[in-house]
Amino acid sequence: MRIPDVAPGARVLAFGHYQPATIVTNDDLAKTIDTNDEWIQSRVGIKERRIAPDGESLEDMSVQAGGKALAASGLSAGDIDLVIVATCTLETQIPNAAAIVAHRLGIRAPGAFDVNAACAGFCYALATASAAVRSGDARHVLVIGAEKLSQWIDWTDRSTAVIFADGAGAAVVGASDTPGIGPVVWGSAGDRSDAIIIDDRDSFLRQEGQTVFRWATTALHPVAKEACDRAGVDPSELAAFVPHQANLRIIEAIARKLGADNAVIARDIVTAGNTSAASIPLALSRMLERGEVRSGDLALALGFGAGLTYAGQVIEIP
Amino acid sequence: MAATEQDILEGLGKIINEITGIPAGEVTPDKSFVDDLDIDSLSMVEIAVAAQDEFGVEIPDDQLKNLKTVKDVLNFIQN
Repeated sequence: MRIPDVAPGARVLAFGHYQPATIVTNDDLAKTIDTNDEWIQSRVGIKERRIAPDGESLEDMSVQAGGKALAASGLSAGDIDLVIVATCTLETQIPNAAAIVAHRLGIRAPGAFDVNAACAGFCYALATASAAVRSGDARHVLVIGAEKLSQWIDWTDRSTAVIFADGAGAAVVGASDTPGIGPVVWGSAGDRSDAIIIDDRDSFLRQEGQTVFRWATTALHPVAKEACDRAGVDPSELAAFVPHQANLRIIEAIARKLGADNAVIARDIVTAGNTSAASIPLALSRMLERGEVRSGDLALALGFGAGLTYAGQVIEIP
Repeated sequence: MAATEQDILEGLGKIINEITGIPAGEVTPDKSFVDDLDIDSLSMVEIAVAAQDEFGVEIPDDQLKNLKTVKDVLNFIQN
């Protein structure tokens, strides 16, 4: 037996993102549920979110985001050996999204699987992609975080309807002479598996807001620090901190405790809502597009959510 | 020596000021968190976490909802 020559590192070559066209404002929500713009902005920090119409699927959004990342990478479909879709809101149990998305992007016969680590999913998928590239199991990997949370939300439940949204973000990962994706720090807390839950296909998403808030604001900054430590990066060297866009107050609390004093803090949630596994690549891609981060910058990604699961790693911006 | 009620009140005032921006002097025992200080449930969680670090007393979420006034929190921490 033999194994391929290993690559010294893996890096993100390009990002891409897609959001559905329909903007739903807080005032729009207040027409049908007992809430208001001030309450939503002060509790969760969201001004507006994007919601996909009935005819637009999670796979459609994945194809859009993945296609943009692939185009931006300068690679062709034939260069991709593995497609990973991080999601927790697929409508079907089988088939998975990854094989369909790969087919629609013209990627012929790649390895294709989905990852369900809820809102931490993109960081899990990125770590897996990095490992596959470094081991020689894939030349390039297309990693997509995509969610259509709107189809799992009770639109009369104001505790969830104001938070969650739809969208997709993607990254192309390839080999590199120097590491561009740091070691992942990942873990879970299955004793709190009922804190965020969709019981079955006929149920809507429920979450214990205070439990999640307390966990997120106390348990995660050590994970963020460890991800920096393991990459040999001091938090002060970070140009950006991109936590899962769960709730602006969670984002700001973790950022404060991390002490990344020179970093831009991703606040994509304000106009994108909470898009679970899509939120980190969506935020990174939009920050890059707006010039808030530049090529060569170091960003810390930190995913966390249902499971409870969490994962974080340092990423060099392509 | 155990912290006096006055010490705890001052510590709590400082915590509440850091989290909500409310002047510490306004945090007096008779004040209701929701009605007088306009503090919401998520800020209460942040205050409970900070109070645990400061005073070494855990305030679980199921207890937190019963703590309506500053005095309730003082009593909980002292007992």
